[in-house]
Amino acid sequence: MALPSYASPVQRTYYYFYLFFCTVVFFFLIAPLFAIIPISFSVSPFMVFTEGMLAWPPDPEAWSIRWYKNMIGDCSADVVSSTVPCSTKWMVGTVNSFYIGIIATVIATALGTLAALGLSRPHMPYKGLIMAILISPMIVPLIITAAGMFFFYARINLVYTFTGVILAHVALATPFVVITVTATLVGFDMNMVKAAQSLGAKPMRTFFKVIMPLILPGIISGALFAFITSFDEVVIVMFMASIDQLTIPKQMWAGIRQEISPVILCMATCLVLLSIFLLTTVELLRRRSEKLRGIKAR
Amino acid sequence: MEVTISTAELLTTDGIPLKQSLRKAERRNKLRAFLLVFPLLLFIIVTFVMPIGDMLLRSVDDSQINSVFPKTFEEYKNWDKGADELPPEEVYKSLFFELANGDKRQIGKALTRMNYAKSGWKSLIKKTTREIKKIVKKGEEPVSYKDTFIKINKFWGDPTYWYSFNQMVNDRSSIYYWNALDRTFDEDGDVVLQDEKRRMYIKTWLRTFKVSVYVTIFCLILGFPVAHLLANLPLRYSNLLMIFVLLPFWTSLLVRTTAWIVMLQQNGVINGILVWLGVISDDGRIQMVYNEAGTLIAMTQILLPFMILPLYSVMRVIPKSHMRAAQNLGAKPAMAFWRVYLPQTIPGISAGGLLVFVLAIGYFITPELVGGKDGKLIGSWIAYHLKTTLNWGLCAALGGILLGIMLIFYWLYNKIVGIDNIKLG
Repeated sequence: MALPSYASPVQRTYYYFYLFFCTVVFFFLIAPLFAIIPISFSVSPFMVFTEGMLAWPPDPEAWSIRWYKNMIGDCSADVVSSTVPCSTKWMVGTVNSFYIGIIATVIATALGTLAALGLSRPHMPYKGLIMAILISPMIVPLIITAAGMFFFYARINLVYTFTGVILAHVALATPFVVITVTATLVGFDMNMVKAAQSLGAKPMRTFFKVIMPLILPGIISGALFAFITSFDEVVIVMFMASIDQLTIPKQMWAGIRQEISPVILCMATCLVLLSIFLLTTVELLRRRSEKLRGIKAR
Repeated sequence: MEVTISTAELLTTDGIPLKQSLRKAERRNKLRAFLLVFPLLLFIIVTFVMPIGDMLLRSVDDSQINSVFPKTFEEYKNWDKGADELPPEEVYKSLFFELANGDKRQIGKALTRMNYAKSGWKSLIKKTTREIKKIVKKGEEPVSYKDTFIKINKFWGDPTYWYSFNQMVNDRSSIYYWNALDRTFDEDGDVVLQDEKRRMYIKTWLRTFKVSVYVTIFCLILGFPVAHLLANLPLRYSNLLMIFVLLPFWTSLLVRTTAWIVMLQQNGVINGILVWLGVISDDGRIQMVYNEAGTLIAMTQILLPFMILPLYSVMRVIPKSHMRAAQNLGAKPAMAFWRVYLPQTIPGISAGGLLVFVLAIGYFITPELVGGKDGKLIGSWIAYHLKTTLNWGLCAALGGILLGIMLIFYWLYNKIVGIDNIKLG
C-alpha cells in the first residue's frame, strides 16, 4: 500500500490527500461517539463543553459525576438541578431492557439455531422462499413493522404488555441468529454427523456432543446480535409498551424529545462501553470459530 | 454368445425397489429438514407476516362506516348528481333513522372516519343527532326529512358535504392510497388533487427520496476510499481500523443520534470549534441540527458502515496485480483506476448503494429526532397517524406504499447480490 519510490509529485499529492480523506472519514465515524463521554462528566446541566472543562490547567470544579448519580436514582442535594428531573426511571428502564432482551434472546436463539440447521441441510425444499420469509423482519422498515404489529396485536389484546413486546423483538432478532449460524454451518463437515451416528449416537446426542460445540461460537455471536437488536429497539417499544413500561432506548427518546439532560449522555456512555465489549466478544468468537473449522486467517 | 440384460428392478434387502426406497429416504430427509425450520417459520408468519398482511387489508378497509349507515349509503348511490342539487328525500330519511337508532359508540367511530373525508362532519352530525332525538322523543313525524335537516343546520343544504360520501360508500376503498398521494375523490368519484393546504404527502415522499439519494451518494463518496484503504492494507492494520467502522455499527442508534445533536447544536462541539478557529463569529453560529442538513449528516454517518462493508468484501478479492498490469501496459493511474479497478467494484457499489438507499427511505428515528420541521421523512407521518390522529387507514396506506417501494428495491438487490449473501460484521 505504500507509495512506490518512483511516484511522481502529483501521485504523491494524490496519495497524501487520499490518506487525509480516509482519516477524516474515520474521524467522522468515531468522533461523535467519543465526544459525548467527557461531556457526561460535566458539572453543567447543558450538553456542552463548558469553559472550565477546556481550561488549562484542568479545573476540577467543572467536572463531576453528579449526572451518573442522577442516572442510578440517587437524588441527594448535590445531584438535583432545577432543570434536570431526578427519578428512578433510568434504572427501571435498565431492568426492563435486560428483562425483555434476555428473554427475547433465548427464544430467538433457540428458534433461529434450529431453523439454521434445517436450512443448511442439502435436502431443504423451497430454501429461497423460506429464507426470504425468515429474513423479512430485518428488511422491512421498523416503522411499518411497528404499525402492522400494533394493529394486529391490538386485536388479540397484546398491546401494552411485555409479552407483545417480547414476541415482536423475537421476530426482529431471529434473522440475525439465522444468518450468523447459517454462515458458521457453511464450513461444517457433515461427515462428522455421519460418524457420530454410525457410532451409535442418537440425533439429540449428536447435536449436543458433536454439532453444538463446533458451532457454539456462531450461536453465541448470533445471540449477541439478537440481544443488541432487542436492547436498542425503540420504535416497537414506543407503540406497543404502555407509558410506564420504560426501557433504556425509550427513556433516551423521551429525554431527547423533552428534557435535553446530561443524564442521557451518561447512559449513552454506558451503551458505548457495552458496544465496545460486544464488538470485542464477537470478533474473538469469529476468530475462534474460524480456527475450529480449520479456516486459516487470511 | 447372447447377452441377457436383466430387466428386473434392483431390490433392496427388504424387497422394496431401490428407486422407491431412495425416494422414500429423500422424502424423509426433506421432511426432517423442514421440521427443523417449521417452528421459526410458523412463529414469523404469525407474529410478523400476518400483522403486515393485516395492515395491508386495513389500508383498503372501509367496512366500519358502511355497517353504521348501510341504508343511507344504498340510497345515496341512487342520487343523480347531474339532475338534482341535493340528494333525494330517501337519503335524508334513512340517515334520520340511522342516526336516531344507531349505536352511539359505532356512530362516534364513523364520525371520526367522516371527518377525514371532510372536516366539519363531526360537529354537524353531533348537533343534528341531538335535534333528531328531540323530534323522536316528541313523537312527531316530519313532513319532509330534507327540510327538517336543513332547518336543523343549513350545511345539510350544502352539496359539498354530501359529495364527500363518495369516498366512503364502498366496503373496500382505495381512498387511503389516494390520500397518501395527496389525491381525493370529487363529486363524481373521480380522482383529483387535494386542496392546496392539505397537500403534504407528495412533498414528504419527494423529500424522502431526495434525502435517501443524497445519503447514498455521500456514503459512496466517503465510503469508497475507506473501503479501498481497508482492503489494501495488511490485515493487521485493516483489522484494527475496521473497529472504526464496526463500533458505530454496534452502538445504539439513539446514542449515535444523541451524539450528533451534541455535535451539531448551536452551542455544540462543531460550532464551538468553528468559533474558536475564528471561521464564524459568536453570533453567527450555524443551525446544523433540527433541519434537513442535520438529517443528512446524521444519516450519512449512521448508514456509512452499510456502504463500507459490502464495498470492502468486493475490493478485498480484486487482485492488486490488475492495476499494475494496466499501468505496465501504459495506462496513467487515473485511467487504470477508471477502466480496470472501478468496473470490478460495481457489484460492491450496487450492493452497498441499494442497501443504504433502502434503509434510508424507511428511516424514522433519526429524522424524527434531528430533522426538526423540514427534515422529517415519510416514516414520521406513519407514526403520527398511528399514534396521534388514529387515522389508521391512511397510516396503513402510507406503510403499504413504502413497503411496495422497498420490495421493488429488495427484488433488485436480490437479483444483483442475492438476499442470502447478507453478512453481518
